[in-house]
Amino acid sequence: MEKSGKIRLAHGSGGALMHELIEEFIVPRLANPALLGLDDAAELEDVLDDARPGDRLAFTTDSYVVQPLFFPGGDIGKLSVCGTVNDLAMKGARPAYLTLGLIIEEGLAVADLARVLDSVASTGASCGVCVVAGDTKVVERGGIGGVVINTAGVGLIPAATRVSGASAEPGDVVLISGTIGDHETAILVAREGLKLEQTIESDCAPLNGLVSAVVEAAPGVHVMRDPTRGGLGTTLNEIASRSGVGICIDESSLPVDERVRSVCEILGFDPIYMANEGKMIAVVPEKEAAAALDAMRTHSLGRNAAVIGRVIEGKGVTLRTSVGGARPVVMLEGVQLPRIC
Amino acid sequence: MIDLEAFRSEPAARALVSRIELLAAEPVSLMEVCGTHTVAISRFGLRSMLPPHLRLLSGPGCPVCVTPLSEIDHAIAVAREPGVVVTTFGDMMRVPGSSSSLEAERAEGADVRIVYSPLESLDVAESEPDSEVVFIGVGFETTSPTIAASVVEAKRRGIRNYSVLPFFKTVPNALDMLAALPGRALDGFICPGHASVIIGAGAYEPIARERNMPCVVVGFEPLDILAGVAMLLDQVKAVRNEGASARVENQYARAVTREGNTAAQALLADVFVECDSEWREIGVIPSSGLAFSDRYAEFDARKRIEVEAPAPAGASGCICGEIMLGLKLPTDCPLFAGRCTPRDPVGPCMVSTEGSCAAFYKYER
Repeated sequence: MEKSGKIRLAHGSGGALMHELIEEFIVPRLANPALLGLDDAAELEDVLDDARPGDRLAFTTDSYVVQPLFFPGGDIGKLSVCGTVNDLAMKGARPAYLTLGLIIEEGLAVADLARVLDSVASTGASCGVCVVAGDTKVVERGGIGGVVINTAGVGLIPAATRVSGASAEPGDVVLISGTIGDHETAILVAREGLKLEQTIESDCAPLNGLVSAVVEAAPGVHVMRDPTRGGLGTTLNEIASRSGVGICIDESSLPVDERVRSVCEILGFDPIYMANEGKMIAVVPEKEAAAALDAMRTHSLGRNAAVIGRVIEGKGVTLRTSVGGARPVVMLEGVQLPRIC
Repeated sequence: MIDLEAFRSEPAARALVSRIELLAAEPVSLMEVCGTHTVAISRFGLRSMLPPHLRLLSGPGCPVCVTPLSEIDHAIAVAREPGVVVTTFGDMMRVPGSSSSLEAERAEGADVRIVYSPLESLDVAESEPDSEVVFIGVGFETTSPTIAASVVEAKRRGIRNYSVLPFFKTVPNALDMLAALPGRALDGFICPGHASVIIGAGAYEPIARERNMPCVVVGFEPLDILAGVAMLLDQVKAVRNEGASARVENQYARAVTREGNTAAQALLADVFVECDSEWREIGVIPSSGLAFSDRYAEFDARKRIEVEAPAPAGASGCICGEIMLGLKLPTDCPLFAGRCTPRDPVGPCMVSTEGSCAAFYKYER
């Protein structure tokens, strides 16, 4: 394609170079019929055909600015699909379509763009969503770290599924689908170039399949959330606050990968505040808890699922520590900074 | 590899707590002087397991918290100089100076970079020969040896554009000052585990002997802390009721020896000399800081870069000083959780994640 192997400002200018980039480089990698029309908007029929009375449309957007672009367990392309698919899935929606907005920094290697696009395509294929519309801009060198991505996603929520962060009730059981803190720890290690004996991988993954299994086993599920920025601790606080309840969790039941635990101990971070990109929290009525846990553990993305606590009357999040003490888990203030000593 | 789980066993913790309850018949106040202890005690909810008349106080153990306004303002003034790259540990970024912070200066365009190790600053200095790289040397004896090593390495590699602001503090004389405070509010010291790896448990013997103050060097797992507390209570009882003499005991023997790390001590003695030092909100403590020795004077950033820092403005109403001396609790401060929060801190104890006020705000309300 481009002899120098780098994206140039001209690739974003709307002229022949941009058309070449889109038609010969981007679209073939994301190949699907909706994109081939290359009109100003995609025409979509399937999602309307599938809709039944009482179904609702779920619509979400997110932007991805992760550094480094490529990290153990994934890259910005995979993340941009998983993040938006998971936002739809947490509302109980079956994800259908994505848009892909690329803001590329002048000088990004074409080979890197290819890797990102291939990742978008393969991640989408693995969870049954495709990119139906997109946009490409190129900005001057300096400041955005190669490429930033925005994705918007749309999906259908079945009539019978009503989940919301405000729906937790005292007596409910709180479950997590696996180990906490993996993504952010992996990114931190990659970004800071920390040399460890064992690689820590991001847990970046699309959760729509796992969600379907959980909803089928526990149709009365009240809340589903994926603990991204701010981690489990922040997300539980959001749920407690929106639902007007308290949440009590047990430190010894929290699944934490040993490598993640070790890195966090050394740097003075708390895994309870480190982001995941492939785990879900489910808050379910007590009588459906066993079925929900079973459904998670049977799924490939939920092998380490665990019951971690309960919803109670009151407010805020409390932790019963591993030695039997008690302390609050507050919302994360600002960013965690590595300590001096 | 140590099995961390063994140090967090609930049955063992309960057994230690039972012992502590038997020993703590009367009111007793124990003080730790290490930010990591401050956080560990709160993070594991240990106060919720102990009798209320056993007070665990948090002293001036957080290096960020004890760096005085004049030193913060100096660092900020250095950051504003053109051509200077300031490198620092992360927890210094948000500490409020008289009118700004390093984080605020970075947002205004100053080149301030967070590093995990001072040796990273040497790489920056070598790869950016036109910049003057200044490392903010804050920390106790846990940290000063690595900074000393960076200076020795810089001299060896012939790096001419690296210097350090020597804002270090040392522990033993601060503990002595606390032990000598009139009114004797303290019954024993939980001595800092990491610093003791360097200086050795023997460093506290003069304090135990001359101030009759029980000292136990303690590790950082919850069982370490509970065991250390039990050992201190044993001593306190013996000193109060049986006329015994206070002594130094070492609960953290898996990492700390009586002599400490003599290689690190030699390095410190080569690169630095003792000096008096100002501790924020407390005042000057004699022989509690480190300045560069003549051999390494060229690495003193205060001599390398001339700045004019304005006279520091005090933070009105902040009682961090009294809190760090164990005279008051964070909850006694009228600003606590109102005007002063982690997001918008007034004093140092709230801004550092290892400060007493921040720990109370997060874990003890």
